[in-house]
Amino acid sequence: MTRTGEGRDARAVGRSVPRVDGAEKVTGRAAYVTDCVVPGMLHAALLRSPLPHARIRRIDAGRAATHPGVSAVVTGADLVQMPGLDPYFGPAFQDQAILAIDKVRFVGDPVAAVAAATREAAREAAQLIEVEYEELSAVLDVQAALRAGAPLVHERLRPSQAFADLMGIEAERQTNVCYHFKLRRGDVERAFAEAAHVFEDTYTSPAAQHAPLEPHVTVAWVTEGGLLHVTSSTQSPSYVRLSLARIFGLPLSKVRVTVPYLGGGYGAKTYDKLEPVTALLALRTRRPVKLQLTREEEFVTIHKHAVTTRIRTGVAADGRLLAREVAVYWDSGAYADIAPRVVHKSGYTAAGPYAIPNVKIDSYCVYTNRPPAGAFRGFGVPQVVWAYESQTDAIATRLGLDPVAYRRAHLLREGDLFATGTPMRSLAVIECLDAVAREIEWGSGLAGSSPPAPEVREAGVPRRVLRGKGVAVGIKAALAPSISGATVMLNADGSASVLSSTVEMGQGSDTLLAQIVAEALGVRVPDVQVVHPDTAVTPYDTITAATRSTFHMGNAVLQAAARVREQLFAIASDRLEVDPDLLRARDGRVFVAEAEDRGLTIPEVFGAAFQAAGTTLVGEAVYQTSAIPTDHETGQSERVTVMWFVGASAAEVEVDLETGQVRVLRFATAADVGRPINPHHCRQQILGSAVTSIGQTLFECLHFEGGQLTNGSFLDYMIAGYRDVPPIITPIIVERAHPEGPYGAKGVGETGALSVAAAIGNAVHAALGVRLRDLPLTPERVLQAMREREPARAARRGQVERGPG
Amino acid sequence: MNRNPLTVSVNGAEHVLSVPGDRRLLDLLRDELGLMGVREGCGVGACGTCTVLLDGVPVNACLTLAVTTRGRSVTTIEGLARDGELHPVQQAFLEERGFQCGFCTPGMILTAVGLLRENPSPTVEEVTDYLGGNLCRCAGYPDMIRAVLRGAERCREAGGRPSATPEGPEAARLRAMGKGEEG
Repeated sequence: MTRTGEGRDARAVGRSVPRVDGAEKVTGRAAYVTDCVVPGMLHAALLRSPLPHARIRRIDAGRAATHPGVSAVVTGADLVQMPGLDPYFGPAFQDQAILAIDKVRFVGDPVAAVAAATREAAREAAQLIEVEYEELSAVLDVQAALRAGAPLVHERLRPSQAFADLMGIEAERQTNVCYHFKLRRGDVERAFAEAAHVFEDTYTSPAAQHAPLEPHVTVAWVTEGGLLHVTSSTQSPSYVRLSLARIFGLPLSKVRVTVPYLGGGYGAKTYDKLEPVTALLALRTRRPVKLQLTREEEFVTIHKHAVTTRIRTGVAADGRLLAREVAVYWDSGAYADIAPRVVHKSGYTAAGPYAIPNVKIDSYCVYTNRPPAGAFRGFGVPQVVWAYESQTDAIATRLGLDPVAYRRAHLLREGDLFATGTPMRSLAVIECLDAVAREIEWGSGLAGSSPPAPEVREAGVPRRVLRGKGVAVGIKAALAPSISGATVMLNADGSASVLSSTVEMGQGSDTLLAQIVAEALGVRVPDVQVVHPDTAVTPYDTITAATRSTFHMGNAVLQAAARVREQLFAIASDRLEVDPDLLRARDGRVFVAEAEDRGLTIPEVFGAAFQAAGTTLVGEAVYQTSAIPTDHETGQSERVTVMWFVGASAAEVEVDLETGQVRVLRFATAADVGRPINPHHCRQQILGSAVTSIGQTLFECLHFEGGQLTNGSFLDYMIAGYRDVPPIITPIIVERAHPEGPYGAKGVGETGALSVAAAIGNAVHAALGVRLRDLPLTPERVLQAMREREPARAARRGQVERGPG
Repeated sequence: MNRNPLTVSVNGAEHVLSVPGDRRLLDLLRDELGLMGVREGCGVGACGTCTVLLDGVPVNACLTLAVTTRGRSVTTIEGLARDGELHPVQQAFLEERGFQCGFCTPGMILTAVGLLRENPSPTVEEVTDYLGGNLCRCAGYPDMIRAVLRGAERCREAGGRPSATPEGPEAARLRAMGKGEEG
């Protein structure tokens, strides 16, 4: 990797420069897909299944088709008759039909689509479609789905071509488990036999909503030249292009996917969602078509996996972790979406970042008749952290050891092997733990407990509360292998453009990429324009997700900029008669390192090379990381990723003994971000994911009854608001430069989400002496746990009174 | 459906319109007046994304029927900046980076303007209470609280000048006759 501009020259990078998207966003002018209006545009609506599992006997769309304003009605039966169309899509398994064919598999499964002159007409017409169903027995949760002889959600598996290890899965098999990740390391059974203590617990984490304020929305149209243009709220434009090309049998060049600003994604907008059906309607009607979900539809489109984790740990008398066995069950709903990858990637981290010689992990991706689950900020890792960090805390507490010191003693260090057999590197997990513990004044009080708060008065009314402190750590691997391409253009006036398929969804990628280019070319950040994803011009990028963009796209842009700089220096070196290696770029000038006044402005360099105004120098780069796939039977891989990211959280909570309400009084969260390119934006990411996760820990939960989601609206489903922000909340950046990261950076999109729930759960335990194993930690659950504690406590008191002496 | 005559001042410009009785203010502003800064988050008044000021008071445009704004004054995010100069609250959100994806930002800023109109020197507690109905899933609340406090400071420094846009139709009409306002 070419490196320049580091150290004393660094100015654009490593500073909290203002966001380049600021002015557009505070004036409301930033454009999102929902603002896209194309002349002649139709509006689409979907008819969805009212049943969790049923065969479609007959659909009568006659009344809908003649409803005023309707241009087209499409059903699954139409799909199979369309020549050249592959009606199935999905990133891991091609198991989802654009519209249900033969069967519906969840309440909300799209059955028919209507395009009409107005949204209202489309919605009215959709309700006029008559569907006759033959109801089938449904599997409404993982337990039911795993039972022998359970009804099958899919009779046939259809692995996609995207993931090599999924392609070997047999298509015909009589189970709802669509993917099973196995990890085997050492001899778990022998280690358990030798263990002084064995801990076995089951932890659950509920289904939850991503809730981006902008619901999914797609606009599609076909040009006279046969170009399918799709502008969509997606985090993966390159993937959507590929998927649409495959579905409709088009060359990649004939599918153009553009993405303006995204109104939040958090994983909900990864891979394809509305694009296939919207494109289908556009092709059918030859008119532009817009499909925008209502908030209620958003709730059944994708969600965060409900997870049950059984975790068993064998511990030596001195506290060493001898063996850990973890079984993780993921409710992936009716369609796999990216769930098999979630199950794999979170699965191999399910024993935690600890030195454990014997590990056995089984991670099961299970189809059920619920709405599909997929990627959510953290990609399944927060759910397994909840289990292993709660249990690690229980172990320390039981052994009478300080939870922070206990973790510190057993956390992996540089060079140690992870459960996958991968040597760890660039891993500041202990530093993160120490930083958060210090921040909440860990140790002032026994085993995480704060001094008791005897009485708190609120509006004159005394409340009985208990306080406690807790910590947790978390680890996740960056997505590898993955690929980012970028093009950088330097203009004759010293401004620059970046062509990148990274989606600006609030994380600050536009600013970050501009900073990298500004740094490499010595130009001003505000003069760098980042062109938003447009697959007609922006090169391939795997996805904007998985905390991968800073590392991958950052490197691609840095290398592309370096190629521009080489050209710039080649021209300048001729004119200045000096070796290009001695040149530097800064403040819009190219100059000799040891004689700064000997130099040329960028326009002068261009003037020396081109006899025209407004010319460009162009650099391109593709940055690709490699990884070794985990072994099918053992889950082992010498290089499962190129980059680990680690974080830690610490919470001080107050539990109201009358109401059971948990309040987070103080919260600290640390992330090892490598070297921050923009420290303020790193802190925004850490804080934002912490606040969201606090809501998920304390109250977020999707409720289902008979397969029907019962709280799928913002009136019934609460997300964290202003009042849920702890009075003291501190984001902490821990810097451990990554040798391959751009300017040493890693990434930070998910780090802050990993360990929040476990830290709060551990603090509640410290306060009450009761361990809650099911999220969210609602007042009802806390009260119930306290009631269960009372007899135990009375018994303990009795013991003490009867004790020796 | 029958259409109803509607005269309403939007961002200082008077509009003479004819709208169906069930037309939401949100759709009127977006679809007919092209004010795309008003965005729908939930459609049920639970997220605050589509907040606009009605005679200076924050309302959910998704729950407000367009016909009920007859003779009144609506301010959207497009109407806050004057003569190319950001409103002090916008400026404060910019400086404190009180936004990430930006989708909730117009509603946040307009609600904050509504707060400062009622209470020029709010405490953190008061900001938290007043903006409680506005959701942000990027969860940039800490930055936004700082932005509102700084906005309050800037409004006070500016002598309370544009802190509220509490203009009635008369003031709006006068302004509309002046420079080319948006709307």
